[in-house]
Amino acid sequence: MIHKIREWALIGMFNRMRIKKNIAISESGFIFNPTTGDSFSTNPIGFEIINLLKEEKSKDEIRAFILDRYFIDESTFEKDFYDFSTLLQSSQIAEE
Amino acid sequence: MTNKKPITIAVSGLNNIDSPGPGIPVIRALKESTIYDVRIIGLSYEALEPGLYMHKLVDKSYQVPFPSAGTEALMERLRYIHNQENIAVIIPNFDAELSNFMNLENEILQEFGIKMFLPTQEQFDERHKANLFEFGKKHDVKVPFSKMMFNTSEIHSLQQEFTYPMVVKGRFYDAYIAYNQEQVATYFNKLVAKWGLPIIIQEYVFGSEVNVTAIGDGNGNAIGAVPMRKLFITDKGKAWAGISLDDQKLVDIAKRVISSSKWRGGMELEFIKTAEDEYYLLEINPRFPAWVYLAKGCGQNHPEALIRMALGETVEPFEKYDVGKMFVRYSFDMIVDLKEFEQISTLGEL
Repeated sequence: MIHKIREWALIGMFNRMRIKKNIAISESGFIFNPTTGDSFSTNPIGFEIINLLKEEKSKDEIRAFILDRYFIDESTFEKDFYDFSTLLQSSQIAEE
Repeated sequence: MTNKKPITIAVSGLNNIDSPGPGIPVIRALKESTIYDVRIIGLSYEALEPGLYMHKLVDKSYQVPFPSAGTEALMERLRYIHNQENIAVIIPNFDAELSNFMNLENEILQEFGIKMFLPTQEQFDERHKANLFEFGKKHDVKVPFSKMMFNTSEIHSLQQEFTYPMVVKGRFYDAYIAYNQEQVATYFNKLVAKWGLPIIIQEYVFGSEVNVTAIGDGNGNAIGAVPMRKLFITDKGKAWAGISLDDQKLVDIAKRVISSSKWRGGMELEFIKTAEDEYYLLEINPRFPAWVYLAKGCGQNHPEALIRMALGETVEPFEKYDVGKMFVRYSFDMIVDLKEFEQISTLGEL
């Protein structure tokens, strides 16, 4: 039960996540946060997800897009999306 | 044919070493002025300050007496240099020499007609490390709690007001993080030997260090302010690379400090930004930092603005700067003829 509650909480947590407005993202996957001075690089799938978040797509829409485009099962997507979203938030690239 | 106005400017801080003085970056910004055609006179303290041998940047150099020699010795030397060079403006770049230049500002102006644009003695004193906590209260800026220490016997009582780790700072430069009493004692002795008393003990604030290079007109207006985060730090804590930030809150704090203190001249404000986005002022350096050339790279030529204000012009504040501009330092071996070293060592000019 506790596990389930946590799962629902996590799903809810990232449903309305968005990329901060001033974040600069180049075609090469290079990300620059002008407020902190931090820079990162992401692979093409990360780049795609960030762009979808920038377009304010919901998590359901992103899941549908990725599952349709790549050979990946839903539970792997959930885990990877959770990890990636946590990273984006802790790096101050995204916010809820 | 250039329309730029010829001007001779004397600049100190030619120690472009691993803990660099601001002289060479200031000179580079001045050499790229769109208004002035600048002839640079270097003022040096040591015969191995690299700027002495950078002839494309420094047109002529003169040794000057150490600050401890006092104001009379400095006046005498400036008299000689001015007779040779007809200097219009001096930009002193060392904290330790500023008091002498501030004390002589009127005398230098009246006797030689040389202008400077320095903070007042009151501004210089109130931002001193030992007084910074009070400065923060006065100007509504958060400053980590700090107190002066004069004797190692005071160490055991520090725990009544501080928790470990704490920062042990020298009077002019250098700071260490101490995790226990033994480390406080070690750093105390090390800093006293180098910079003298007092030592400043400061509360340690967790976060990332962000700095601002800024310039005030003395009437409460911030003429320019560019925030930067260090990307690569040397073992001496100096920035070897940095990047300009889009941080309006930080710029606003810097402007508030300048407005409230009516700061006159160049300055560097050093802050810690906490995870809760709070800013703690750690230090105010009463002159341009060694990374001031980044401001020029971002579209704000602070040294040029300082010269204009020193010459009595009214300068409009810069309204913007480029975000995401980086500086990356490098070391470079110059090949120097022994004759040059001999000349500066024996004749005191090059």
